[in-house]
Amino acid sequence: MTRASAERSLRGRVAVVGIGETNYYRHGASPDPEFKLALKAILAACEDAGIDPRDIDGFASYSDDRSEASRLAAALGIHRLRSATMQWGGGGGGCCAAVANAAASIVAGLADCVVVFRALAQGQYGRFGQTTGIDTVSGERAYLMPYGVLAPPQRFAMRVQRYMHEHGVRQEALRAIALASYHHAQSNPRAVMHGKPLDAAKYDASRWIVEPFHLYDCCMENDGAAAVVLVAEERARDFRRKPAYVLGAAVGSGCRAGAVPHNSPLYASASFDTVAPDLYRMAGLGPSDVGVVQAYENFTGGVAMALAEHGFFKPEDANDFLTLENLIAPSGLLPLNTSGGNLAECYMHGFELVLEAVRQVRGTSTNQVSRNDVAIVIGGPMVTPVSNLLLGSEAVL
Amino acid sequence: MSGKASAGYLPSGLPIPVAEPDGLSAPYWAGLRQNRLLVQRCSRCRTWQFGPEWLCHRCHAFDPEWTEVEPQGRIFSWERVWHPSHAALRQHGPYLAVLVELPQAGGVRMVGNLLGGAMQMVTIGAKVEGVFEHHPDSDPPYSLLQWRMP
Repeated sequence: MTRASAERSLRGRVAVVGIGETNYYRHGASPDPEFKLALKAILAACEDAGIDPRDIDGFASYSDDRSEASRLAAALGIHRLRSATMQWGGGGGGCCAAVANAAASIVAGLADCVVVFRALAQGQYGRFGQTTGIDTVSGERAYLMPYGVLAPPQRFAMRVQRYMHEHGVRQEALRAIALASYHHAQSNPRAVMHGKPLDAAKYDASRWIVEPFHLYDCCMENDGAAAVVLVAEERARDFRRKPAYVLGAAVGSGCRAGAVPHNSPLYASASFDTVAPDLYRMAGLGPSDVGVVQAYENFTGGVAMALAEHGFFKPEDANDFLTLENLIAPSGLLPLNTSGGNLAECYMHGFELVLEAVRQVRGTSTNQVSRNDVAIVIGGPMVTPVSNLLLGSEAVL
Repeated sequence: MSGKASAGYLPSGLPIPVAEPDGLSAPYWAGLRQNRLLVQRCSRCRTWQFGPEWLCHRCHAFDPEWTEVEPQGRIFSWERVWHPSHAALRQHGPYLAVLVELPQAGGVRMVGNLLGGAMQMVTIGAKVEGVFEHHPDSDPPYSLLQWRMP
């Protein structure tokens, strides 16, 4: 640790010691309002850690979460608030960045116990997949919405179409990603799609949302909340659960990734061209060290792109690599989205993926892998900024 | 240069494009209403830029000049949309959106619809030409740039 502390790095300096989530609901089905969901998830994470919620001294979130830090601090009666960070950007691009910001707050000495969370009640506040009720638009949306490029499926399909064109990726590769999520959800009682299996025939017969996305290539929309508790490495062993250490994190995107509308120079990309190398550099690890992957599925195509950009296969090999048997726990080549993820567990804007990576490192997943010392989370393909996170056990420090 | 409403490719009722409160894209939208496609080009380093910004991303000269370009390009990507994400599109059926690259303007890209049948085969790399679609009776009035196979 001496060498690590001398470097500007998060490696091994912070650990997740508690995780918690509410029940996950179909959108509009939560009996609780959004803020109450946030409180429930945070209290569950504190309970899991065995920590007094009043000892939280920081909050971190992303995607303009409405449950703001000062209201949470007042509601929970925490002794003092020392860190409150919001990651810019939409979608799930911030699901790992929020963890990175919390970890950085702890390493920098700004705070000692930071909760990272995401709460979403789409029944209360509206869905992302419907856009009725807007009269005029300006900025990026003005160049898209009048042409019927309205909601996320239409905003991302052309990027995936171009990627499939450039690299010869077939529909079956996308299908395997959907099948893996649904496969894992069948043994996860938390999953909204638990008890609703998917097979290749059902996928093929499902309606197009926007080509090349079938219904099952698209994430769900849900109500719920999820939270994790982070503390400094020095205290990580004082809690009741096995710590999951932050091995590395990275945030951002490459040159002019944010050039709208659809004008990023590297268009057929999930935006990890600079962010994936940053992550591996901080962690001192490479793709072959990773035992299990949680990759944000807004759409399956983005997962294929993000996995390739993280070095798990070359884009030209996507069709060979992305098969159901390769992607499932316990012994696939690269078990993917082992809780069911955004497609089949819950669309908690990707934060459910962070909790699942912690479970894998602990050894408590409902689809436990055997190689669980290093788990990766990939947040928000095709948006900017994106982010990623490597978590690991004490054995790899 | 017909001032009359041409039938839109998509049903009316979708969000209407307007310039931002700071007016950044106002010349673009005004140009479309006059059958002119305007794209920013830096008068100092000649870099093309779209969407617009107050600054040239290459040389940092402010206020890149709006320059008229021929509405011609190549299909860079495309999608066939089936699910209606807006009430105005319910019962409408599939439609095509294309991302068109303009080689004569530094390769900037624009999103539009591909006119013609929704089930036509679309080929990445195919040449397309622009068609101005006017909505003079809308409040506020506006124009779009659509694309068709030559």
